[in-house]
Amino acid sequence: MTSSSNQAARVLGMLRTMHTIRAFEEAAAQAWRDGHVRGSVHQYVGQEAIAVGISANLRPTDYVSSNHRGHGHAIAKGADPVAMMKELFGRTGGTCGGKGGSMHVADFSVGMLGANGVVADGATIAVGAGHAIKVMGEDRVAVPYFGDGAINRGPLMEAFNWAKVYRLPVLFVCENNAYAATTRTADVTAGEGFIARAKSFGIEGEAVDGNDVLAVDAAAEHLIARLRRGNGPAYLHATTYRHHGHYAHDKGAYRDPAEVARWRESDPIARCAAWLVSQGVGQSDIDAAESEAQALIARAVSESNAAPWPAVATIYAEVQDLDMEVVGAPR
Amino acid sequence: MTVEMTYGEAALVALRQEMARDARVWALGEDLGPEGGLAGQYRGLQEEFGPDRIVDTPISESMIMAAGVGAAVAGTRPVVELRFADFAMCAADEIVNQAAKIRYMFNGQARVPLVARNAMGLRGGIAAQHSQSLEAWWVHIPGLVVIAPATPADNHALLKAAIRCDDPVIYLEHKGLWGVKGPVDPDAAPAEIGKAEVVREGGDLTIVTWSAMRGVCLQAADTLAARGIAAEVIDLRTLWPWDRDAVIASVEKTGRLLVAHEAVRAGGFGGEVVAEIAECCWGSLRAPVRRLGAPRVPVPYSVPLEDAIRVTPAHVAEAAVGMMEGAGSR
Repeated sequence: MTSSSNQAARVLGMLRTMHTIRAFEEAAAQAWRDGHVRGSVHQYVGQEAIAVGISANLRPTDYVSSNHRGHGHAIAKGADPVAMMKELFGRTGGTCGGKGGSMHVADFSVGMLGANGVVADGATIAVGAGHAIKVMGEDRVAVPYFGDGAINRGPLMEAFNWAKVYRLPVLFVCENNAYAATTRTADVTAGEGFIARAKSFGIEGEAVDGNDVLAVDAAAEHLIARLRRGNGPAYLHATTYRHHGHYAHDKGAYRDPAEVARWRESDPIARCAAWLVSQGVGQSDIDAAESEAQALIARAVSESNAAPWPAVATIYAEVQDLDMEVVGAPR
Repeated sequence: MTVEMTYGEAALVALRQEMARDARVWALGEDLGPEGGLAGQYRGLQEEFGPDRIVDTPISESMIMAAGVGAAVAGTRPVVELRFADFAMCAADEIVNQAAKIRYMFNGQARVPLVARNAMGLRGGIAAQHSQSLEAWWVHIPGLVVIAPATPADNHALLKAAIRCDDPVIYLEHKGLWGVKGPVDPDAAPAEIGKAEVVREGGDLTIVTWSAMRGVCLQAADTLAARGIAAEVIDLRTLWPWDRDAVIASVEKTGRLLVAHEAVRAGGFGGEVVAEIAECCWGSLRAPVRRLGAPRVPVPYSVPLEDAIRVTPAHVAEAAVGMMEGAGSR
């Protein structure tokens, strides 16, 4: 009884984080349409259960790395959504001082090693962080998130091999939303599929319904425990779908509307809320999770609008330490 | 107390010292353990420090470099061995898009203290894919430090400096120098990054060079001295940041600048040096600036063909004489 109510409270927390991610993503896309956010905004809407279910099993000292669709990974790991929104707005107080933007949100203080604009590169870097854990003899794990598009990049195959050869504490998490940008990944992928590739390197792999936060949580719990016991890398294949296009200016016209509708019915937030109801959690608690998230993100947007632009002189900061005389500044 | 040792041995001494001094320093790459590296520059280190700190890797340049990047942001100081400058191209994404960018695009939340060793230059007879000098590519990338040592003493003191540097360093040893001997003080402090060495003083013209061309230019300076021309030879040692002040001071004295490098002349770093000096020291120049480098052809295999792309002491001397006597001098 106590254990099940503890679990309900834990899952209610996960629901709150999923709502925070969704509210962030919808607000970011709106800000992009309004012209406050520039460039590309890749929304994580529909995929929230994966990062939230994984991060529920991670410590602040553990590492995650990410890809271009990184806002959800960062929020789930504990990054401040207000600082993240300021980063998207390019303002002072942003996680990267306005130098990174949407594709490079990062918060190393919570082990979030950065969203990354090159497909599969976040994964190889996380394996490197996993190697540092081994060199330093630390008690941490590293979790790279990547999409199905990464499965056809050579460096990811090098990373699988590397993590297995050196028995690194790395949980590879593939978020399979079926499309590599606008191309159906299945149409351009040979062989028996994703898990078979990981298994061909001797890596334990399993599949999970990526829209079921409870299932992701359960899979992450035992796979990460395995990592912490020193048993080497593992691979989790989470099947999911993005509600929107590849990025904010992609309408997703290459997808069958029936396919989109079917997946929207499998919305991870609605499914999580339904489970909580089935456990006797009150509707007011469930509603509060959403309204708190929306209030937080509304504050993030208003603070971002009010935050000052960074000083132009900061373009020279954090390039490298040495001799700024020869940087080539207009003079 | 100096000891005579080779350029390769000097690097081995430096790495051993840094690994003994700092447990965060480790090395990874192909064939480091049994082979001890292409030139023995890792010999014995795996026995001394174990296979977890001298890591033999698969032939996976992308992952070798990415492991260095990830391990650097996670608190270690990796020395990444890429064997040949040509093979660094297989890891160019990890160097250019990750190592060089992480500190900046995350606004200083992380640093990338790694050394990417990739030996450059002509060794003789290893043709187009094992002989290139690509330093200009790296100099063009903000965020990278680029070092090209020319002597055993520098390969010791600059490698120590590179390992202690908190930014990613492209460390370009020259394959033709591995066996060259010279005096090394094993107790020498790390060299100052960004500091050139005036190797030979002279008042008539300034010859700026780096890496194996240092020796070529010194030979040329001897030839020139016999003809009554006093050449000042500057070894830049570090290409980014480069010691602009040292070159300016010399050119203000001599009024003539010749840059000689082994890399292809077109788009080479010599162009940057002469352009900078032409812009800032025009009033001091008494002759047009000049560059010497290889023709824009891949490195060929056969002896006479390979010899035809080398910049020799005779070329340097001839160019210098031309600058002293030729048209356009003032």
